[in-house]
Amino acid sequence: MAEQTLVGAITSTLDQALARDPDVILLGEDIGVNGGVFRATEGLMATHGEDRVVSTPLDETGIMGTAIGLAIAGMKSIPEIQFEGFLGPAYDQFVNHAARMRTRTRSAVTVPMTVRVPVGGGIHAPELHSDSPEVIYAHSPGIKVLMPCTPYDAKGLLNAAIADPDPVIFFEPKRVYRTFKEDVPDEYYEIPMGEAKVVSEGEDLTIVTWGAPVFQCLEAIDNLPEDVSVELIDLRSIYPFDMDTVAESVCKTGRCVIVHEAPLTGGFGAEISARVMEECFLHLEAPVQRVAGFDTIMPYYKLENEYLPEAPRILKGITECLAY
Amino acid sequence: MPHHTVYEAKIEHLQILDEDGKLDKKLAKDTLSDDQVVYLYEQMRVCRELDEIAFKLQRSGRMGTYPQNKGQEANAVGSALAMVKGNDWIVPSYRENAALFMHGMPMHYVIQYWMGDERGSKFPEGVNITPLSVPIGTHMLHATGIAWAMKQRKEADRAAITYFGDGATSEGDFHNAMNFASVMQVPCIFYCQNNSWAISLPREQQMNSATVAQKALAYDMPTIQVDGNDIFAVYKATQNARKRAIEGGGPSFIEGVTYRLADHTTADDARRYRDQSEVDAWLEKDPLIRTRKYMESVGVWDDKKQEELESRAKTIVKEVVDAAISVSTPTASEFFDDMYAELPRALQIQRDTMRTSSIGQNPSQIGLTPQSAQTQNA
Repeated sequence: MAEQTLVGAITSTLDQALARDPDVILLGEDIGVNGGVFRATEGLMATHGEDRVVSTPLDETGIMGTAIGLAIAGMKSIPEIQFEGFLGPAYDQFVNHAARMRTRTRSAVTVPMTVRVPVGGGIHAPELHSDSPEVIYAHSPGIKVLMPCTPYDAKGLLNAAIADPDPVIFFEPKRVYRTFKEDVPDEYYEIPMGEAKVVSEGEDLTIVTWGAPVFQCLEAIDNLPEDVSVELIDLRSIYPFDMDTVAESVCKTGRCVIVHEAPLTGGFGAEISARVMEECFLHLEAPVQRVAGFDTIMPYYKLENEYLPEAPRILKGITECLAY
Repeated sequence: MPHHTVYEAKIEHLQILDEDGKLDKKLAKDTLSDDQVVYLYEQMRVCRELDEIAFKLQRSGRMGTYPQNKGQEANAVGSALAMVKGNDWIVPSYRENAALFMHGMPMHYVIQYWMGDERGSKFPEGVNITPLSVPIGTHMLHATGIAWAMKQRKEADRAAITYFGDGATSEGDFHNAMNFASVMQVPCIFYCQNNSWAISLPREQQMNSATVAQKALAYDMPTIQVDGNDIFAVYKATQNARKRAIEGGGPSFIEGVTYRLADHTTADDARRYRDQSEVDAWLEKDPLIRTRKYMESVGVWDDKKQEELESRAKTIVKEVVDAAISVSTPTASEFFDDMYAELPRALQIQRDTMRTSSIGQNPSQIGLTPQSAQTQNA
């Protein structure tokens, strides 16, 4: 057991995966000697060799496409895309090829790959370094989508992703890469994909969120009057997602607020809201409330905190939902 | 002849001003006048000053991530002088600030941009520059398209130039841009600033080809490698390429061999992956040093002029930084206003209520305004 940050937990999990399975291969821009721009692969090339922790040419299509080929041939490829804004060139390979290979071949050819991508805003980065595109992949059948926000969950879900026989995109909320440490067991463990986590229990209202906003929600909850009791659910896994835990909670509280950084329209909150309506209709005391990014381009960092669902706006959402 | 050669090619390298400031007069014929050399030197020196101050602004927490241009300025100024301001198009990456300044971009815009303010890309009317391109290699296709429009509209005396690094030539978009430009025979100049490093990846690991310039051969595009720290060679190659472009000769490729003397950006630490001895060797090839030596050798420069320039550069950059800092803070709703020519109704509501609502449902449906809803539960 050691105290680790989110990024530290990812590094040690990758380290163990490389040591455990000779078929694991990491590929991406600057991941070798430089240890990745966020240092998520720090030291791994030195330990496991430059043929297993590979700094590739600057080519996201190439990284994603060859990772698919490596996986088809029986390896466990773990490509890193440096920032979520650079997923664009790799989109075709991932969504049109990795996602469909199993179905096209009726499981004769499969793609057991885990794509790691730093995601989200809040670190004052340049443009195309702060977006939240998780719903694009959740909307693409054949892909599993994860976004843990704690070191413990990151290790368990990354292990599950690597062990999974299908393509997984593993989003790492960069805003909380280093904000806190927690105990992470040294030994191997998995957290099953599709299981949400109840961060705090409550009776009056349910918040469903994932990624860095979990912490903004905690801050908002701290600012509520003491007699208001909120249940906070960290989805962790966007697809598949744990509707049972969400439905059970909303049926108990009767109120639901969904929080995400991605734009409101067509965000994953829309899917959850629809499912809550389908499964909890007779228990609802108020319409489902969404607190999300606006339907705009993610602004450059001078205005990013105006865009992101920070604690005061989440508090408004909770208050509005409770008003019914 | 069942087995014979169907294509042969060679790559030429051009250097006119060597690293000691010695000029090849024959090759320099019809290139830069001494006045132009002085002008370009001044541009490079001011750009270097801006770079150093930008670095300090970042380190003191007044600016976000910034990519220094240090060491590569000759590529920018030599090529920019060969293009026609307000007529041609510049399609940049993010390491050719001096070219943008020479083509009319107000200098404080670049600081404003890296301070996280989109308005730093709102160029004044008549400035034909596309915004800095942070994702790698995506913009070269736009240059091809811009040049295609010039051809389509028979604007015979116009051309476009696009800048990118050695790393960008690994992206698919690079090859797409090159192929389209070649097939359509558009007046576009592809200028690769081969600075040896793409963050931590050295050029030798970026590609297995001996030069970047040879990549243009696949598209049958005239191509040349130049000493990118030599303003004469850069100018001459760009001048030739532009002449070819406006005469209907199609696109050209230029590889400027240069070096990134600084870290990739202020968020990077190059000591992790490259030897200081390599940097030291390139410090001696600095374009400012050799240009100054040349100017002194022909008697158009001396220590006094250098002192005056350094003082002037400081003043200019101070004014630039002051201008960037004194720009009004963008209003909270500012990022809505340029989403579309006309803002859709739903987006207008988001903008107008961003301070008062959470952007969810409207509690007025049960007779509560958002404000009264807050009061009731506060």
